[in-house]
Amino acid sequence: MAIAPERPRIYGGTRIPAPIPTVLQVPRHLRDSDDILTVNFGPNHPSTHGVLRLAVDLDGERVVGLHAVIGYLHTGFEKSMEQKSWWKAITYPARIDYVSFQYNELVFVLAIEKLLEIEVPPRATWMRMLLCELNRIHSHLVWLGTAALELGAISMFWYCFRERERILDLFELVGGTRMHTRYFQAGGLAEEIPPGFFDECATFVELMPKAIDDYEGVVDRSPIWLERTQGVGLLSRDDAIALGQSGPVLRASGVQWDVRRAEPYLAYDRVDFRIPVYSGGDVYDRYRVRMDEMRESVRIIDQALRRMPGGPWIAGDRKVVLPPREELHTSMESLIHHFKIVTEGYRVPEGEVYVAVESARGEMGCYVVSDGGPRAWRVKFRAPSFVALEATATCVSNSLVADMIAILGSLDTVMGDCDR
Amino acid sequence: MTFKGIPGLVEIKEAYGETTLLVDPARLVEAALHLRDELGFNFLSDIAATDYLGWGGKGVSGYMGTATGRDLNRPSTSGLQKLPDLKPRRFSVSYHLLALRDDPERVRLQVWVDEDEPLPSVVSVWPTADWHEREAYDLMGIRIEGHPNLTRILMDDDWEGHPLRKDYPIGGEPVRFSGEE
Repeated sequence: MAIAPERPRIYGGTRIPAPIPTVLQVPRHLRDSDDILTVNFGPNHPSTHGVLRLAVDLDGERVVGLHAVIGYLHTGFEKSMEQKSWWKAITYPARIDYVSFQYNELVFVLAIEKLLEIEVPPRATWMRMLLCELNRIHSHLVWLGTAALELGAISMFWYCFRERERILDLFELVGGTRMHTRYFQAGGLAEEIPPGFFDECATFVELMPKAIDDYEGVVDRSPIWLERTQGVGLLSRDDAIALGQSGPVLRASGVQWDVRRAEPYLAYDRVDFRIPVYSGGDVYDRYRVRMDEMRESVRIIDQALRRMPGGPWIAGDRKVVLPPREELHTSMESLIHHFKIVTEGYRVPEGEVYVAVESARGEMGCYVVSDGGPRAWRVKFRAPSFVALEATATCVSNSLVADMIAILGSLDTVMGDCDR
Repeated sequence: MTFKGIPGLVEIKEAYGETTLLVDPARLVEAALHLRDELGFNFLSDIAATDYLGWGGKGVSGYMGTATGRDLNRPSTSGLQKLPDLKPRRFSVSYHLLALRDDPERVRLQVWVDEDEPLPSVVSVWPTADWHEREAYDLMGIRIEGHPNLTRILMDDDWEGHPLRKDYPIGGEPVRFSGEE
């Protein structure tokens, strides 16, 4: 039984608008027409996931022109981070992409560690991986809940946020706060993993696959959902690469690319997981990729729980790492180290590095320049949301205004990440 | 992989396991096309502009308030252990490239420009450069030439100055309704 119309094949050639790749211009024959209506979507619009403004030219229900205006959430994180010592600056990146915060923290910490050439103990590495995968599920749940909500599946929101709440509880257990935990720092973790965390996490691993089945049960066989997502927002493989797309958007366009597999960091080369790839390049395939990724993340978490190594959770280099709290009362040297790191910060050797990790949204990159001092000379983030929004004009070309909401949702952008 | 035949190549640097290719800014587009078509760097990850004004000196980035304001980070504690290597020009622009294939490779294409020195646009090579170049112009004031739509992207259209430059003060924005205007 066909419950959805046949999906249009992905287009050949390119649909990237010319001459400006990110602006869809009204076709010449419509330009002076009285029928064209220009509408501003945003910056305060519930479906923009923050403060994005889309100036859209409509010919009836059809989108014939579009340009995205960003910057409403620009807060100058990169500038602020230049003013703070390295270890204080770690609190900033998490606030850039407030939905997949662990990755931002991770990528900055990895960049510092690359410059310091410091060895991170295996326990910290595995724990980082575990938390990052929990964060991937968290991020996809927020995406699924809100994207489905925009298409009318209201109940989905409550189901997704139920499980999201459990993940936030785990973060709270481990880092003391629900979001922006600042649990990673150069050399390892901020604290030993608290007792009870693994048990709680194991409970979550047990319940999550069932929950994903439930989500799929809600939308995956709903004709409305399929009609709204299948064949909508097409992006071909070549266009996705040319537009620098990454993460689920790229993999839904049929490109087998995942930084975790291609350039393994943390312990991703020691765990077993699959990279879901779909070739439809539409909203539905982006949804499929994210659903599959959640299952894979659960598998990675499960393996990390079973194989979590013991030993120290932070490197032993006292020039970089704060000494254990209890030593401060007995050891003069520890007190000096503590004082020096807290007041002055550690120095990071001169150089420039670029580190990329696979965040929930795609390639999260961090370019760091150090002049050898206690503060970063320059920090630049490669924000996957920023790049994903560049594809809006291509994906939306010739679609209906209602589909635009679905397409925008499927790109999964976080405006904090985009505007920094 | 050999980078020898890249047009306008000035220097190849290796550090921290990363390769940096310094090219002549005037021949940037040729170099970019060569990297994309001959060497397979089909994916532009990021464009990062950096301002090196005051590089190797003290205190430039350490001020709070205006440039003559309070120095929270005492020079005695924030100095450098050794002076870093001097840079050829004021700005560097780094193009982080990726060869997206089974044996992936990353490389950093880098050019150095002075203030107001034009830098050719690479939008024709990698369409994703569009917004990255607008950001470099907006926040760093890099003069990109040949960009189809070079306008501010993160700051307001009528903003003055380029906030990520080192001579742009933190907290330098006038406070409205403070009774001082």
